Amino acid sequence: MAYDYQPYPYVAPPGLSAPEERHAVVIVGAGPIGLAMAIDLAQRGIKSVVLDDNNVVSVGSRAICWSKRTLEIFDRLGVGERMLDKGVTWKIGRQFHGGDQVFSFDLLPEEGHRYPAFINLQQYYVEEYLVDRAREFPDLIDIRFLNKTIAHEDHGDHVTLTVETPDGSYTLETDWYIACDGAGSATRERMGLSFEGQTFQEQFLIADIEMEQSPFGDEKVPERWFWFDPPFHSGKSALLHMQPDNIYRIDLQLDVDADGTEEAREENVIPRIKAIVGDKPFRLDWVSVYKFRCIKLDRFVHNRVLFVGDSAHVVSPFGARGGNGGIQDVDNLGWKLARVVQGQAPEALIETYNEERSHGSAENILNSSRSTNFMTPKTPIEALFRGEALRLAKDQPFARKMLNSGRLSLPCSLEGMSLQTQGMAQIAPGQVLVDAPLSGEDGDTWLLRQVQGDFTLVGFGDVLLPDVPGIRRIGINTRADYPCFTATHNHAMRRYGSPNAYLFRPDGHVCAVFDTPTKEDVAHAHAKALGAELEATQ
Amino acid sequence: MSVMQDRLSPNQDDFYNALIAAHEGLSEIDSHALNARLILLMANRIGDLGVLQDIITTARSYSDA
Repeated sequence: MAYDYQPYPYVAPPGLSAPEERHAVVIVGAGPIGLAMAIDLAQRGIKSVVLDDNNVVSVGSRAICWSKRTLEIFDRLGVGERMLDKGVTWKIGRQFHGGDQVFSFDLLPEEGHRYPAFINLQQYYVEEYLVDRAREFPDLIDIRFLNKTIAHEDHGDHVTLTVETPDGSYTLETDWYIACDGAGSATRERMGLSFEGQTFQEQFLIADIEMEQSPFGDEKVPERWFWFDPPFHSGKSALLHMQPDNIYRIDLQLDVDADGTEEAREENVIPRIKAIVGDKPFRLDWVSVYKFRCIKLDRFVHNRVLFVGDSAHVVSPFGARGGNGGIQDVDNLGWKLARVVQGQAPEALIETYNEERSHGSAENILNSSRSTNFMTPKTPIEALFRGEALRLAKDQPFARKMLNSGRLSLPCSLEGMSLQTQGMAQIAPGQVLVDAPLSGEDGDTWLLRQVQGDFTLVGFGDVLLPDVPGIRRIGINTRADYPCFTATHNHAMRRYGSPNAYLFRPDGHVCAVFDTPTKEDVAHAHAKALGAELEATQ
Repeated sequence: MSVMQDRLSPNQDDFYNALIAAHEGLSEIDSHALNARLILLMANRIGDLGVLQDIITTARSYSDA
């Protein structure tokens, strides 16, 4: 059954009748990124107004692949379990050349993680769950549908916005303006910021079909299947994914000079789908024709205007690095902005959002543009190399690894960046937490649930943790006067090594490691992660 | 034909990208010439005639004719 779009109610905003007090944070855009941003801030006690020019969730499934790291972040935001329950869990990818499988990969070959490598879930469900969650904070999150931002101006220490509603326009003032207004960001255009990069000439047809039977053959297979030169779509590439509700995603590469409007017409799409699924009955749910771009802004921080998600960077979809990259932006910015708004950290801490996520975005662009290049050879020589790599891949392991149909999203490492204290450990400072099962007095839990959200010092094995203000402490496989847990099946001890102490940031990245943590060293690393040294150098 | 040990991982994407980039802007004839030079240079770097003979045989075994 097609998704039932329920319009959210428009309520005349107070600013139409009388000026509103200056807000701390205004978020422009109520897509997955804007909503996640508002929830993250609300969980830290920060109020925000969320403006959206529309009043329904995403039309079409759009982003569907949500990575393990994104699910861990969504767990912290209170929607992870609901997404996992509804989504299709997968971890196996298969690559075919013609009709033959040449390579398969397992994205999470080990046990002991709360979340799987990936789930597939239509963007409209993600947005619906996030709206539901945001509404659990009525005093902190003010979502205003059919409120279109048509102008904004940065006044140095605040930003003013002009907002259009069905009842006329009004103005708002905010200390911080967060642009979550997507790939076509009107905020970015108003500011005249250059947004240029690689645009791929090839077009891709993206179709979601609903069918009772499975297009994967005889069985429903929750896997990612990718074809180079498939028998049903000669000379091009194709991708197949399973979503909930018997919906399947099909991506088909088209000719460079294909007419996008013509290709998207139902009478032209249906024969292409029939070539794949044969006589099995199906219903077309959503169709779109895309050209892909790989672009990022030079800077994500422009004084009081902050760019988050697709407004800051866009990538081709092979690798699931768009939505997942945006959620990592939110995770990185949320705790920093909250601290700055609360006066607990210098404004320079916001600049490290630019440093860290600009780096993450560049890594995503590098990987996704390489994948797209591999899929779309530009010259006869490129086609020759790719063809021979495919031929060798039949027997030669090295050539299999060369086949690039998307290097799937992994969290980026922030090693060596400003907020981290250098050190050596199995999980080096800058890397993100690796989950592990734990058991404690209140039953079974996960490392991610004990660590994410606030600064947390974790001792693995026989190591005593000092009491430092503003830092939670937990011990694993030890006894102490702070909460202690047992490492179920010893996963945590193997993954982190012992005896060792790790200081995690609120976004789960390691910011310092210690053999024997002293109060002074831990406090110093904590202060550094909150920007103390940034202030000193500016 | 031998199955060769994978010695390129995890750098295969960096290598492939560098290889394709080296061909940028070349005509097809010039690209084939570049490939020939690459093979000769790589052969010299490998040096071991037995290994080279094995690679030649393996590569040839994939040709249709």
